[in-house]
Amino acid sequence: MLTAHWLYGISGCLLLALGLRTALLHDMLLQRLIGINVMGAGVFLVLITVAYRGPGIAPDPVLHALVLTGIVVAVSATALALALARRLTAEQDDG
Amino acid sequence: MAETLIWLIAMPMAGAVATLLLPRQSTPIACVTAVAASLVAGTLLYAVSEQGSLSYEIGGWSAGLGIALRADGLSALLLMMTALVMLASSVYAGTYFTKAAARARFWPLWLLLWTSLNALLLSGDLFNLYVTLELLGLSAVALASFGGKFAAVQAALRYLLLGLLGSMMFLAGVSLIYAGYGTLDLATLTLAVEPEPVAWTALALMSAGLLLKTALFPLHFWLPPAHASASAPVSAVLSALVVKVAFYLLVRLWMDVFADLVTPAAAGLLGVMGAAAILWGSWQALRTERLKLLAAWSTVAQLGYLFLFFPVLLALPPGPARDTAFGGLVILALTHGLAKAGLFLAIGIIQQRSGHDRINELNGTAQRLPATTFAIALAGVALIGLPPSGAFLGKWQLLAGSFASGQWLWILVTIAGSLLAAAYIFRVLGHAFGNQSYPRHSVTIAREEWPALILTTLAVAGLGLAGAPVWNLLESGA
Repeated sequence: MLTAHWLYGISGCLLLALGLRTALLHDMLLQRLIGINVMGAGVFLVLITVAYRGPGIAPDPVLHALVLTGIVVAVSATALALALARRLTAEQDDG
Repeated sequence: MAETLIWLIAMPMAGAVATLLLPRQSTPIACVTAVAASLVAGTLLYAVSEQGSLSYEIGGWSAGLGIALRADGLSALLLMMTALVMLASSVYAGTYFTKAAARARFWPLWLLLWTSLNALLLSGDLFNLYVTLELLGLSAVALASFGGKFAAVQAALRYLLLGLLGSMMFLAGVSLIYAGYGTLDLATLTLAVEPEPVAWTALALMSAGLLLKTALFPLHFWLPPAHASASAPVSAVLSALVVKVAFYLLVRLWMDVFADLVTPAAAGLLGVMGAAAILWGSWQALRTERLKLLAAWSTVAQLGYLFLFFPVLLALPPGPARDTAFGGLVILALTHGLAKAGLFLAIGIIQQRSGHDRINELNGTAQRLPATTFAIALAGVALIGLPPSGAFLGKWQLLAGSFASGQWLWILVTIAGSLLAAAYIFRVLGHAFGNQSYPRHSVTIAREEWPALILTTLAVAGLGLAGAPVWNLLESGA
């Protein structure tokens, strides 16, 4: 079980690093937005791994609540970013 | 008295919902909400000065399971500053947005921003701090894009992406903290934290996220365009409050919760970044062509002073010497908040009256808008740090602390920054007082000009001449 635990944790950290790299190094809005979302997925994976307390024991609810909140925030922030981006392209087409 | 804590969050939130449901009556509703929430903030300030720090458990659920709210001297002072700035800017916004439809769309976001500011200042655990940081970020971005000008939307989008990046780093730090110590409650954490790799990594991640949000050099690049292209009341609040609460959180983490972990090298790094922010921000403010950009760059510089306090405070022995210097930090932050909000409101009036904010074409402003020009001059006094402003007291403490701990570099930077600030303020005033021979009627529109005047007067005379209660409050609410 310990190995699976580490596997999840390390892949979470990898996702975080990959997402951060994309978000910082790329210029295109969509790439950066996806990068930030991948980074978020990495953080959530780490949080869920930390919440796991072994077979037969209920996982830590505080961390699950944190992940749920994080997902809601990530979805709404992504929506806001896309809405703003649409407004920008609409104005670019007009002008 | 502890119920005031929940009212500070519930009241602006109820106002936000009410203005959303009743768009026709939104302006009176928002003004009543603003007055009421400010009164509650005043009550809380009084309660903290009388009884020390307060805490409240929502629904009776104890910390760890439920949501715990806490207010000490520092958060009560910042809540009061938030209330003053929001109240003045609300009155101003009522006339700034001339179309009723625009106002109806503005108020819900505005009151939501106030809710999240208050909630952040009152939160006592990392979970809620993360949630309120996100709420704050989203409402601030929506407000920054308000008005829909191309430049504003573009700057808001960049602001959103960087804010999101900062939040994710903060959340990664929070997850490490929970993995290491099994709690997110700040009070419990303060006792549990030990100098070990997991705490260092967590602090580094959270600090990186917050430094991005508080726009410390070299992470400041998103701030000038976002603050300069938003509408005037929004710029005022973004510059005075939104970056300031991220800084508040850094102070909490570095000086309170993780105080045992902070090494002189780490604090020195923040000091060096702050010094670079002062010099670079002031230099850019001096070179810019537009008044709003000048105010935004000046925010970058003024935030730098706050970070100079980190190495100075760490070098002072704990006790009265450090507490006095800490009071200087708080009063500098409060003065900047009030003065910068007043400055942005005053610039908004000039921009609306003359249709532009180009510094070189300000000639005759002092003749046409005497009260607004006076407000800009008062804000300038606070930004330079001349007596009797609160900033003078703050910088005095900074210099005294640097002398006492032999950190000469910060003294030189503070002097250079103050001289540069004097240069960019006098450049504006020089043009504003320039003569203009034709239409020479002066206008004073009380409702538009009072908010800026009151805020800047408070920054200069209020905090400067009656600054002692700030120290008393920090002591009694510790």
